[in-house]
Amino acid sequence: MLEVEAIEAGYGPVRVLRGLGFSVGIGEILCLTGRNGAGKTTALRAVMGLLPLTAGQVRLGGTVVSGLPAHRVPRLGLGYVPQGRRLFGPMTVAENLEIGLQARGGRPPRGRQGALAHALARFPRLRERLGQRADTLSGGEQQMLAIARALCLEPRVLLLDEPTEGLQPSMIAAIRDVVKGLKDEGVAVVLVEQRIEAILSVADRVAFVEGGRVRETVAAAALGADPALLAARLGV
Amino acid sequence: MQFGPHLVLALIEGAVLSAVLALMASGLSLVFGVMRVVNVAHGEFFMLGAVTAWFVAAGTGGGPAIAFAAALVVAPLAVGTLAALADGLVLKRIAYDPERTIVATIGLLYILQQATLMTFGPAARPVEPPFNRRIALPWIGQTDEGWGLIWPWGLSVTTYKLFVIAAAVVVLVLLRRGLGRTRAGLLMRATQIDRETALAFGIPVGRVYALTFGLGAGLAALAGVLVVPLQQAHYLMGGDALLLSFITVIIGGLGSLGGTLAAAVLIGMSEGIISVFFSPTLAKIAATLLVAFVLVFRPQGLSGGPPR
Repeated sequence: MLEVEAIEAGYGPVRVLRGLGFSVGIGEILCLTGRNGAGKTTALRAVMGLLPLTAGQVRLGGTVVSGLPAHRVPRLGLGYVPQGRRLFGPMTVAENLEIGLQARGGRPPRGRQGALAHALARFPRLRERLGQRADTLSGGEQQMLAIARALCLEPRVLLLDEPTEGLQPSMIAAIRDVVKGLKDEGVAVVLVEQRIEAILSVADRVAFVEGGRVRETVAAAALGADPALLAARLGV
Repeated sequence: MQFGPHLVLALIEGAVLSAVLALMASGLSLVFGVMRVVNVAHGEFFMLGAVTAWFVAAGTGGGPAIAFAAALVVAPLAVGTLAALADGLVLKRIAYDPERTIVATIGLLYILQQATLMTFGPAARPVEPPFNRRIALPWIGQTDEGWGLIWPWGLSVTTYKLFVIAAAVVVLVLLRRGLGRTRAGLLMRATQIDRETALAFGIPVGRVYALTFGLGAGLAALAGVLVVPLQQAHYLMGGDALLLSFITVIIGGLGSLGGTLAAAVLIGMSEGIISVFFSPTLAKIAATLLVAFVLVFRPQGLSGGPPR
Protein backbone atom coordinates (compact mmCIF):
# COMPACT_ATOMS: atom_id res chain seq x y z
CA MET A 1 0.00 0.00 0.00
CA LEU A 2 2.68 2.51 1.09
CA GLU A 3 6.22 2.10 -0.18
CA VAL A 4 9.00 4.39 0.96
CA GLU A 5 12.16 3.88 -1.02
CA ALA A 6 15.57 5.18 0.10
CA ILE A 7 14.37 8.68 0.95
CA GLU A 8 16.73 11.44 1.97
CA ALA A 9 15.63 14.68 3.59
CA GLY A 10 16.68 17.13 6.28
CA TYR A 11 16.53 20.60 7.66
CA GLY A 12 18.69 23.09 5.79
CA PRO A 13 22.22 21.73 5.65
CA VAL A 14 21.46 18.98 8.21
CA ARG A 15 20.70 15.65 6.53
CA VAL A 16 18.44 13.63 8.82
CA LEU A 17 17.15 10.84 6.57
CA ARG A 18 19.89 8.94 4.77
CA GLY A 19 18.24 6.43 2.50
CA LEU A 20 15.38 5.43 4.77
CA GLY A 21 12.97 2.86 3.36
CA PHE A 22 10.02 0.75 4.50
CA SER A 23 6.74 -0.57 3.23
CA VAL A 24 3.39 -1.35 4.81
CA GLY A 25 0.55 -3.38 3.32
CA ILE A 26 -3.23 -3.35 3.57
CA GLY A 27 -4.37 -4.07 7.13
CA GLU A 28 -0.83 -4.15 8.45
CA ILE A 29 0.65 -2.22 11.37
CA LEU A 30 4.30 -1.27 10.99
CA CYS A 31 5.98 0.27 13.97
CA LEU A 32 8.91 2.63 13.44
CA THR A 33 11.00 2.78 16.55
CA GLY A 34 14.42 3.95 17.60
CA ARG A 35 16.18 6.42 19.82
CA ASN A 36 15.39 10.13 19.95
CA GLY A 37 16.81 11.94 16.93
CA ALA A 38 16.95 8.79 14.81
CA GLY A 39 14.67 10.34 12.18
CA LYS A 40 11.26 8.75 12.88
CA THR A 41 9.21 11.96 13.01
CA THR A 42 11.17 13.40 10.11
CA ALA A 43 10.36 10.27 8.11
CA LEU A 44 6.60 10.76 8.63
CA ARG A 45 6.85 14.47 7.73
CA ALA A 46 8.76 13.58 4.58
CA VAL A 47 6.18 10.95 3.60
CA MET A 48 3.42 13.57 4.03
CA GLY A 49 5.29 15.93 1.70
CA LEU A 50 5.90 18.45 4.48
CA LEU A 51 9.64 18.14 3.98
CA PRO A 52 11.12 18.07 0.48
CA LEU A 53 12.99 14.90 -0.48
CA THR A 54 16.47 15.23 -1.88
CA ALA A 55 16.45 11.59 -3.00
CA GLY A 56 14.21 8.54 -3.01
CA GLN A 57 10.54 8.05 -3.66
CA VAL A 58 7.23 7.54 -1.85
CA ARG A 59 4.46 5.51 -3.53
CA LEU A 60 0.90 5.06 -2.34
CA GLY A 61 -0.96 2.20 -4.01
CA GLY A 62 1.52 2.36 -6.87
CA THR A 63 1.09 6.14 -7.39
CA VAL A 64 4.15 8.28 -6.79
CA VAL A 65 3.25 10.90 -4.19
CA SER A 66 6.69 12.36 -3.51
CA GLY A 67 7.08 15.63 -5.39
CA LEU A 68 3.38 16.43 -5.24
CA PRO A 69 2.35 19.67 -3.49
CA ALA A 70 1.92 18.78 0.19
CA HIS A 71 -1.79 19.71 0.25
CA ARG A 72 -2.56 17.10 -2.42
CA VAL A 73 -1.05 14.19 -0.50
CA PRO A 74 -3.86 13.70 2.07
CA ARG A 75 -6.47 13.72 -0.70
CA LEU A 76 -4.90 10.50 -1.98
CA GLY A 77 -5.76 8.79 1.28
CA LEU A 78 -2.81 9.47 3.57
CA GLY A 79 -3.87 10.44 7.09
CA TYR A 80 -1.53 11.94 9.66
CA VAL A 81 -1.66 12.27 13.44
CA PRO A 82 1.35 14.45 14.23
CA GLN A 83 3.46 14.30 17.34
CA GLY A 84 2.06 16.55 20.07
CA ARG A 85 -1.41 16.35 18.40
CA ARG A 86 -1.11 19.76 16.67
CA LEU A 87 -4.84 20.47 17.00
CA PHE A 88 -6.28 23.77 15.85
CA GLY A 89 -6.59 24.80 19.50
CA PRO A 90 -8.77 27.92 19.33
CA MET A 91 -11.26 26.10 17.08
CA THR A 92 -14.07 23.88 18.31
CA VAL A 93 -14.02 20.08 18.16
CA ALA A 94 -16.56 20.23 15.32
CA GLU A 95 -14.37 22.64 13.34
CA ASN A 96 -11.31 20.42 13.81
CA LEU A 97 -13.30 17.47 12.47
CA GLU A 98 -14.51 19.64 9.59
CA ILE A 99 -10.87 20.25 8.65
CA GLY A 100 -10.43 16.48 8.42
CA LEU A 101 -13.63 16.08 6.40
CA GLN A 102 -12.69 18.70 3.83
CA ALA A 103 -9.38 16.88 3.29
CA ARG A 104 -11.29 13.88 1.90
CA GLY A 105 -11.71 15.68 -1.41
CA GLY A 106 -14.92 13.73 -2.14
CA ARG A 107 -13.32 10.28 -2.00
CA PRO A 108 -15.60 7.29 -1.44
CA PRO A 109 -16.68 5.07 0.24
CA ARG A 110 -18.74 6.56 3.08
CA GLY A 111 -19.49 10.11 2.06
CA ARG A 112 -19.11 13.09 4.28
CA GLN A 113 -21.71 12.39 6.96
CA GLY A 114 -20.82 8.71 6.98
CA ALA A 115 -17.16 9.48 7.51
CA LEU A 116 -17.95 11.83 10.39
CA ALA A 117 -20.30 9.32 12.03
CA HIS A 118 -17.72 6.54 11.61
CA ALA A 119 -14.97 8.66 13.18
CA LEU A 120 -17.18 9.72 16.09
CA ALA A 121 -18.38 6.16 16.68
CA ARG A 122 -14.83 5.31 17.75
CA PHE A 123 -14.71 8.21 20.20
CA PRO A 124 -18.28 8.77 21.51
CA ARG A 125 -16.99 11.20 24.12
CA LEU A 126 -16.15 13.70 21.37
CA ARG A 127 -19.80 13.79 20.33
CA GLU A 128 -20.58 15.50 23.66
CA ARG A 129 -17.81 18.04 23.14
CA LEU A 130 -18.48 19.18 19.57
CA GLY A 131 -18.98 22.83 20.53
CA GLN A 132 -16.02 22.97 22.92
CA ARG A 133 -12.69 24.60 22.08
CA ALA A 134 -10.09 21.95 21.28
CA ASP A 135 -7.47 23.46 23.58
CA THR A 136 -9.80 23.09 26.57
CA LEU A 137 -10.04 19.29 26.21
CA SER A 138 -8.06 16.94 28.47
CA GLY A 139 -4.86 15.44 27.07
CA GLY A 140 -6.58 12.13 26.29
CA GLU A 141 -9.52 13.82 24.61
CA GLN A 142 -7.14 15.91 22.55
CA GLN A 143 -5.43 12.75 21.33
CA MET A 144 -8.84 11.25 20.50
CA LEU A 145 -9.67 14.36 18.50
CA ALA A 146 -6.32 14.27 16.69
CA ILE A 147 -7.01 10.68 15.61
CA ALA A 148 -10.69 11.32 14.81
CA ARG A 149 -9.69 14.32 12.67
CA ALA A 150 -7.37 12.10 10.65
CA LEU A 151 -10.01 9.35 10.40
CA CYS A 152 -12.51 11.86 8.97
CA LEU A 153 -10.55 11.78 5.72
CA GLU A 154 -11.00 7.98 5.59
CA PRO A 155 -7.33 7.21 5.11
CA ARG A 156 -6.00 4.18 3.29
CA VAL A 157 -2.78 4.65 5.24
CA LEU A 158 -2.60 6.31 8.65
CA LEU A 159 0.63 7.71 10.05
CA LEU A 160 0.59 8.00 13.85
CA ASP A 161 3.43 9.80 15.60
CA GLU A 162 3.71 8.76 19.26
CA PRO A 163 -0.04 8.78 19.91
CA THR A 164 0.27 7.41 23.47
CA GLU A 165 2.83 9.96 24.67
CA GLY A 166 1.87 11.38 28.06
CA LEU A 167 -1.45 9.53 28.31
CA GLN A 168 -2.88 7.51 31.20
CA PRO A 169 -3.11 3.70 30.80
CA SER A 170 -6.89 3.60 30.13
CA MET A 171 -6.50 6.08 27.29
CA ILE A 172 -3.53 4.14 25.88
CA ALA A 173 -5.69 1.00 25.86
CA ALA A 174 -8.51 2.86 24.07
CA ILE A 175 -6.15 4.12 21.40
CA ARG A 176 -4.64 0.65 20.98
CA ASP A 177 -8.14 -0.73 20.39
CA VAL A 178 -8.82 1.92 17.76
CA VAL A 179 -5.57 1.10 15.97
CA LYS A 180 -6.44 -2.60 15.98
CA GLY A 181 -9.90 -1.76 14.66
CA LEU A 182 -8.35 0.16 11.78
CA LYS A 183 -6.19 -2.83 10.94
CA ASP A 184 -9.31 -5.01 10.82
CA GLU A 185 -10.86 -2.55 8.35
CA GLY A 186 -7.84 -2.89 6.08
CA VAL A 187 -6.20 0.44 6.88
CA ALA A 188 -2.41 0.31 6.74
CA VAL A 189 -0.91 1.92 9.85
CA VAL A 190 2.58 3.32 10.35
CA LEU A 191 3.09 3.89 14.05
CA VAL A 192 6.02 5.76 15.55
CA GLU A 193 6.35 4.47 19.08
CA GLN A 194 9.06 4.02 21.71
CA ARG A 195 7.14 2.24 24.46
CA ILE A 196 7.87 -1.47 24.34
CA GLU A 197 4.41 -2.64 25.59
CA ALA A 198 2.68 -0.43 23.05
CA ILE A 199 4.83 -1.79 20.25
CA LEU A 200 4.32 -5.43 21.15
CA SER A 201 0.57 -5.05 21.70
CA VAL A 202 -0.30 -3.83 18.21
CA ALA A 203 2.54 -4.09 15.70
CA ASP A 204 2.85 -6.73 12.99
CA ARG A 205 6.39 -5.69 12.11
CA VAL A 206 8.88 -3.41 13.81
CA ALA A 207 11.40 -1.29 11.88
CA PHE A 208 14.38 -0.02 13.86
CA VAL A 209 15.45 3.44 12.73
CA GLU A 210 19.00 4.53 13.38
CA GLY A 211 20.99 7.38 11.88
CA GLY A 212 18.29 8.23 9.37
CA ARG A 213 17.83 4.77 7.89
CA VAL A 214 16.01 1.55 8.79
CA ARG A 215 18.67 -0.73 10.20
CA GLU A 216 16.49 -3.81 10.56
CA THR A 217 12.86 -4.87 10.24
CA VAL A 218 11.68 -7.72 12.46
CA ALA A 219 8.33 -9.49 12.87
CA ALA A 220 6.68 -8.37 16.12
CA ALA A 221 5.96 -11.98 17.02
CA ALA A 222 9.68 -12.71 17.09
CA LEU A 223 10.27 -9.74 19.38
CA GLY A 224 7.33 -10.78 21.55
CA ALA A 225 8.98 -14.13 22.10
CA ASP A 226 12.14 -12.36 23.23
CA PRO A 227 11.38 -8.90 24.74
CA ALA A 228 15.02 -8.54 25.73
CA LEU A 229 15.89 -8.37 22.04
CA LEU A 230 13.61 -5.34 21.62
CA ALA A 231 14.99 -3.68 24.74
CA ALA A 232 18.51 -4.20 23.47
CA ARG A 233 17.63 -2.69 20.08
CA LEU A 234 16.09 0.37 21.77
CA GLY A 235 18.96 0.66 24.19
CA VAL A 236 16.70 0.61 27.28
CA MET B 1 -19.74 77.02 20.03
CA GLN B 2 -20.09 75.55 23.53
CA PHE B 3 -17.98 72.64 24.72
CA GLY B 4 -20.78 70.05 24.45
CA PRO B 5 -21.70 70.58 20.77
CA HIS B 6 -18.00 70.93 19.98
CA LEU B 7 -17.39 67.53 21.58
CA VAL B 8 -20.21 65.98 19.53
CA LEU B 9 -18.55 67.27 16.34
CA ALA B 10 -15.23 65.82 17.48
CA LEU B 11 -16.86 62.46 18.21
CA ILE B 12 -18.46 62.38 14.75
CA GLU B 13 -15.08 63.08 13.13
CA GLY B 14 -13.56 60.41 15.37
CA ALA B 15 -16.23 57.88 14.40
CA VAL B 16 -15.58 58.46 10.68
CA LEU B 17 -11.85 58.07 11.20
CA SER B 18 -12.42 54.96 13.36
CA ALA B 19 -14.56 53.40 10.63
CA VAL B 20 -11.97 53.97 7.90
CA LEU B 21 -9.13 52.93 10.18
CA ALA B 22 -10.94 49.75 11.23
CA LEU B 23 -11.32 48.67 7.60
CA MET B 24 -7.74 49.51 6.77
CA ALA B 25 -6.19 47.97 9.90
CA SER B 26 -8.36 44.81 9.66
CA GLY B 27 -6.75 44.11 6.30
CA LEU B 28 -3.26 44.62 7.72
CA SER B 29 -4.06 42.48 10.78
CA LEU B 30 -5.55 39.70 8.65
CA VAL B 31 -2.46 39.54 6.44
CA PHE B 32 -0.13 39.48 9.42
CA GLY B 33 -2.28 36.99 11.34
CA VAL B 34 -2.62 34.43 8.57
CA MET B 35 0.60 34.93 6.60
CA ARG B 36 2.96 36.42 9.21
CA VAL B 37 3.78 39.08 6.62
CA VAL B 38 4.30 42.69 7.71
CA ASN B 39 2.88 44.38 4.63
CA VAL B 40 4.59 47.75 4.32
CA ALA B 41 2.76 48.32 1.00
CA HIS B 42 -0.65 48.21 2.70
CA GLY B 43 -1.01 52.01 2.62
CA GLU B 44 -0.46 51.95 -1.16
CA PHE B 45 -3.44 49.62 -1.58
CA PHE B 46 -5.48 52.25 0.31
CA MET B 47 -4.11 54.92 -2.06
CA LEU B 48 -4.81 52.72 -5.10
CA GLY B 49 -8.41 52.32 -3.91
CA ALA B 50 -8.85 56.09 -3.82
CA VAL B 51 -7.08 56.63 -7.18
CA THR B 52 -9.03 53.81 -8.85
CA ALA B 53 -12.22 55.37 -7.49
CA TRP B 54 -11.26 58.63 -9.21
CA PHE B 55 -10.57 56.85 -12.53
CA VAL B 56 -13.83 54.88 -12.31
CA ALA B 57 -15.84 57.96 -11.33
CA ALA B 58 -14.25 59.99 -14.13
CA GLY B 59 -14.99 57.29 -16.68
CA THR B 60 -18.53 56.48 -15.60
CA GLY B 61 -21.50 58.55 -16.69
CA GLY B 62 -24.89 58.68 -15.02
CA GLY B 63 -24.23 60.96 -12.07
CA PRO B 64 -22.16 60.78 -8.89
CA ALA B 65 -24.25 58.05 -7.22
CA ILE B 66 -23.78 55.56 -10.05
CA ALA B 67 -20.11 56.51 -10.48
CA PHE B 68 -19.46 56.07 -6.77
CA ALA B 69 -21.34 52.76 -6.62
CA ALA B 70 -19.24 51.50 -9.55
CA ALA B 71 -16.05 52.63 -7.77
CA LEU B 72 -17.15 50.89 -4.58
CA VAL B 73 -17.32 47.56 -6.44
CA VAL B 74 -14.51 47.92 -9.00
CA ALA B 75 -11.73 49.42 -6.86
CA PRO B 76 -11.58 46.75 -4.10
CA LEU B 77 -11.86 43.96 -6.67
CA ALA B 78 -9.16 45.42 -8.93
CA VAL B 79 -6.78 46.20 -6.06
CA GLY B 80 -7.46 42.81 -4.42
CA THR B 81 -6.65 41.04 -7.69
CA LEU B 82 -3.47 43.08 -8.09
CA ALA B 83 -2.42 42.15 -4.56
CA ALA B 84 -3.12 38.45 -5.15
CA LEU B 85 -0.90 38.66 -8.25
CA ALA B 86 1.82 40.41 -6.24
CA ASP B 87 1.58 37.58 -3.70
CA GLY B 88 2.24 34.98 -6.39
CA LEU B 89 4.94 36.99 -8.19
CA VAL B 90 6.86 38.29 -5.18
CA LEU B 91 5.98 36.92 -1.73
CA LYS B 92 5.58 33.27 -2.75
CA ARG B 93 8.96 33.33 -4.47
CA ILE B 94 10.71 34.37 -1.29
CA ALA B 95 8.82 31.69 0.66
CA TYR B 96 7.08 34.28 2.88
CA ASP B 97 10.29 34.71 4.84
CA PRO B 98 9.44 37.37 7.48
CA GLU B 99 12.51 39.56 6.95
CA ARG B 100 12.58 39.35 3.15
CA THR B 101 8.85 40.09 2.86
CA ILE B 102 9.39 43.40 4.67
CA VAL B 103 12.01 44.40 2.11
CA ALA B 104 9.86 43.08 -0.75
CA THR B 105 6.78 45.02 0.35
CA ILE B 106 8.88 48.19 0.71
CA GLY B 107 9.85 47.65 -2.94
CA LEU B 108 6.20 47.08 -3.82
CA LEU B 109 5.32 50.32 -2.03
CA TYR B 110 7.67 52.35 -4.23
CA ILE B 111 6.62 50.57 -7.43
CA LEU B 112 2.92 51.26 -6.77
CA GLN B 113 3.56 54.83 -5.63
CA GLN B 114 5.74 55.78 -8.60
CA ALA B 115 3.49 53.99 -11.10
CA THR B 116 0.58 56.05 -9.73
CA LEU B 117 2.62 59.25 -10.00
CA MET B 118 3.39 58.44 -13.66
CA THR B 119 -0.23 57.69 -14.57
CA PHE B 120 -2.39 59.70 -12.16
CA GLY B 121 0.00 62.64 -11.71
CA PRO B 122 1.00 64.63 -8.63
CA ALA B 123 -2.28 66.52 -8.20
CA ALA B 124 -4.88 65.76 -5.56
CA ARG B 125 -8.20 64.97 -7.22
CA PRO B 126 -11.65 64.86 -5.66
CA VAL B 127 -14.45 62.38 -6.18
CA GLU B 128 -17.94 63.74 -5.73
CA PRO B 129 -19.86 62.02 -2.90
CA PRO B 130 -22.99 60.17 -4.01
CA PHE B 131 -25.06 62.18 -1.53
CA ASN B 132 -24.04 64.83 0.94
CA ARG B 133 -27.06 66.34 2.65
CA ARG B 134 -26.28 68.17 5.87
CA ILE B 135 -28.34 67.12 8.88
CA ALA B 136 -28.50 69.62 11.74
CA LEU B 137 -28.13 68.06 15.18
CA PRO B 138 -29.90 69.27 18.32
CA TRP B 139 -28.38 70.08 21.70
CA ILE B 140 -29.92 70.67 25.09
CA GLY B 141 -29.59 74.27 26.25
CA GLN B 142 -31.30 77.33 27.71
CA THR B 143 -34.17 78.68 25.59
CA ASP B 144 -36.55 81.57 26.33
CA GLU B 145 -38.84 79.03 28.01
CA GLY B 146 -36.19 77.26 30.13
CA TRP B 147 -34.23 74.08 29.21
CA GLY B 148 -35.03 72.57 25.83
CA LEU B 149 -33.69 71.52 22.44
CA ILE B 150 -31.60 74.08 20.63
CA TRP B 151 -29.94 73.89 17.19
CA PRO B 152 -26.43 75.34 17.60
CA TRP B 153 -24.95 76.79 14.43
CA GLY B 154 -22.43 74.41 12.86
CA LEU B 155 -23.54 71.30 14.82
CA SER B 156 -24.35 68.97 11.95
CA VAL B 157 -23.31 65.83 10.16
CA THR B 158 -23.47 64.96 6.48
CA THR B 159 -25.34 61.93 5.22
CA TYR B 160 -22.15 60.79 3.49
CA LYS B 161 -20.22 60.61 6.78
CA LEU B 162 -23.02 58.54 8.30
CA PHE B 163 -22.84 56.29 5.24
CA VAL B 164 -19.08 55.79 5.73
CA ILE B 165 -19.63 54.70 9.33
CA ALA B 166 -22.53 52.39 8.41
CA ALA B 167 -20.68 50.88 5.42
CA ALA B 168 -17.62 50.09 7.55
CA VAL B 169 -19.77 48.47 10.25
CA VAL B 170 -21.58 46.32 7.67
CA VAL B 171 -18.34 45.22 5.97
CA LEU B 172 -16.64 44.41 9.28
CA VAL B 173 -19.64 42.40 10.51
CA LEU B 174 -19.63 40.49 7.21
CA LEU B 175 -15.86 39.93 7.53
CA ARG B 176 -16.22 38.52 11.05
CA ARG B 177 -19.08 36.28 10.02
CA GLY B 178 -17.22 35.20 6.92
CA LEU B 179 -14.17 34.21 8.94
CA GLY B 180 -16.28 32.45 11.55
CA ARG B 181 -18.90 30.68 9.47
CA THR B 182 -17.68 30.03 5.95
CA ARG B 183 -15.44 27.30 4.59
CA ALA B 184 -12.93 29.88 3.31
CA GLY B 185 -12.86 31.45 6.79
CA LEU B 186 -12.30 28.05 8.40
CA LEU B 187 -9.35 27.34 6.10
CA MET B 188 -7.90 30.80 6.75
CA ARG B 189 -8.14 30.34 10.51
CA ALA B 190 -6.61 26.88 10.33
CA THR B 191 -3.72 28.24 8.25
CA GLN B 192 -3.26 31.06 10.75
CA ILE B 193 -3.08 28.64 13.70
CA ASP B 194 -0.76 26.01 12.20
CA ARG B 195 0.42 26.24 8.60
CA GLU B 196 2.07 22.81 8.50
CA THR B 197 -0.88 20.92 9.96
CA ALA B 198 -3.16 22.81 7.56
CA LEU B 199 -1.05 21.46 4.69
CA ALA B 200 -1.19 17.95 6.16
CA PHE B 201 -4.99 18.20 6.00
CA GLY B 202 -5.15 19.17 2.37
CA ILE B 203 -5.55 22.92 2.79
CA PRO B 204 -4.00 24.67 -0.23
CA VAL B 205 -2.03 27.13 1.86
CA GLY B 206 -0.67 28.94 -1.21
CA ARG B 207 -4.19 29.74 -2.38
CA VAL B 208 -5.25 30.73 1.14
CA TYR B 209 -2.32 33.16 1.24
CA ALA B 210 -3.26 34.69 -2.13
CA LEU B 211 -6.87 35.05 -0.98
CA THR B 212 -5.80 36.61 2.32
CA PHE B 213 -3.40 39.08 0.70
CA GLY B 214 -6.07 40.01 -1.84
CA LEU B 215 -8.75 40.37 0.83
CA GLY B 216 -6.48 42.52 3.01
CA ALA B 217 -5.67 44.78 0.07
CA GLY B 218 -9.35 44.88 -0.94
CA LEU B 219 -10.29 46.10 2.55
CA ALA B 220 -7.66 48.85 2.34
CA ALA B 221 -8.91 49.81 -1.14
CA LEU B 222 -12.49 49.94 0.13
CA ALA B 223 -11.34 52.31 2.88
CA GLY B 224 -9.65 54.40 0.18
CA VAL B 225 -12.86 54.59 -1.88
CA LEU B 226 -14.90 55.60 1.16
CA VAL B 227 -12.42 58.30 2.14
CA VAL B 228 -11.85 59.89 -1.26
CA PRO B 229 -14.98 62.12 -1.25
CA LEU B 230 -13.78 63.48 2.11
CA GLN B 231 -10.06 64.06 1.49
CA GLN B 232 -9.26 63.65 -2.27
CA ALA B 233 -7.05 61.10 -3.99
CA HIS B 234 -3.28 61.71 -4.01
CA TYR B 235 -0.37 59.45 -4.80
CA LEU B 236 1.24 60.04 -1.38
CA MET B 237 -1.88 59.52 0.73
CA GLY B 238 -0.89 55.99 1.75
CA GLY B 239 1.88 57.03 4.17
CA ASP B 240 -0.25 58.45 6.98
CA ALA B 241 -2.82 55.70 6.56
CA LEU B 242 -0.11 53.04 6.87
CA LEU B 243 1.32 54.65 10.02
CA LEU B 244 -2.09 54.82 11.71
CA SER B 245 -2.87 51.26 10.65
CA PHE B 246 0.37 49.96 12.13
CA ILE B 247 -0.32 51.86 15.35
CA THR B 248 -3.81 50.35 15.47
CA VAL B 249 -2.65 46.81 14.79
CA ILE B 250 0.14 47.02 17.38
CA ILE B 251 -2.18 48.43 20.04
CA GLY B 252 -4.88 45.89 19.19
CA GLY B 253 -2.53 42.92 19.24
CA LEU B 254 -0.82 41.57 16.13
CA GLY B 255 -3.14 39.31 14.19
CA SER B 256 -6.14 39.82 16.49
CA LEU B 257 -9.12 41.12 14.55
CA GLY B 258 -11.21 41.92 17.64
CA GLY B 259 -8.32 43.81 19.24
CA THR B 260 -7.70 45.68 16.01
CA LEU B 261 -11.30 46.88 15.87
CA ALA B 262 -11.18 48.03 19.52
CA ALA B 263 -7.89 49.84 18.87
CA ALA B 264 -9.31 51.48 15.72
CA VAL B 265 -12.13 52.99 17.78
CA LEU B 266 -9.66 54.10 20.47
CA ILE B 267 -7.22 55.69 18.00
CA GLY B 268 -9.92 57.12 15.73
CA MET B 269 -11.84 58.71 18.58
CA SER B 270 -8.77 60.14 20.32
CA GLU B 271 -7.46 61.44 16.99
CA GLY B 272 -10.85 63.04 16.23
CA ILE B 273 -11.14 64.67 19.64
CA ILE B 274 -7.54 65.89 19.88
CA SER B 275 -7.60 67.17 16.27
CA VAL B 276 -10.78 69.17 16.84
CA PHE B 277 -9.81 70.62 20.24
CA PHE B 278 -6.07 70.99 19.75
CA SER B 279 -4.29 70.07 16.51
CA PRO B 280 -3.91 67.09 14.16
CA THR B 281 -0.16 67.06 14.85
CA LEU B 282 -0.78 66.65 18.57
CA ALA B 283 -3.18 63.79 17.77
CA LYS B 284 -0.40 62.00 15.86
CA ILE B 285 2.03 62.57 18.73
CA ALA B 286 -0.51 61.15 21.21
CA ALA B 287 -1.11 58.05 19.08
CA THR B 288 2.63 57.45 18.69
CA LEU B 289 3.16 57.86 22.44
CA LEU B 290 0.33 55.42 23.09
CA VAL B 291 1.94 52.80 20.87
CA ALA B 292 5.26 53.34 22.66
CA PHE B 293 3.57 52.72 26.03
CA VAL B 294 1.86 49.61 24.67
CA LEU B 295 5.15 48.25 23.35
CA VAL B 296 6.82 48.82 26.72
CA PHE B 297 4.08 47.68 29.10
CA ARG B 298 1.90 45.30 27.05
CA PRO B 299 3.79 44.25 23.92
CA GLN B 300 1.13 41.67 22.97
CA GLY B 301 -1.40 44.51 22.56
CA LEU B 302 -4.89 44.89 24.00
CA SER B 303 -6.16 41.41 23.13
CA GLY B 304 -3.12 39.51 21.91
CA GLY B 305 -1.91 36.44 23.77
CA PRO B 306 1.17 36.48 25.98
CA PRO B 307 4.41 37.16 24.08
CA ARG B 308 6.08 34.05 22.72
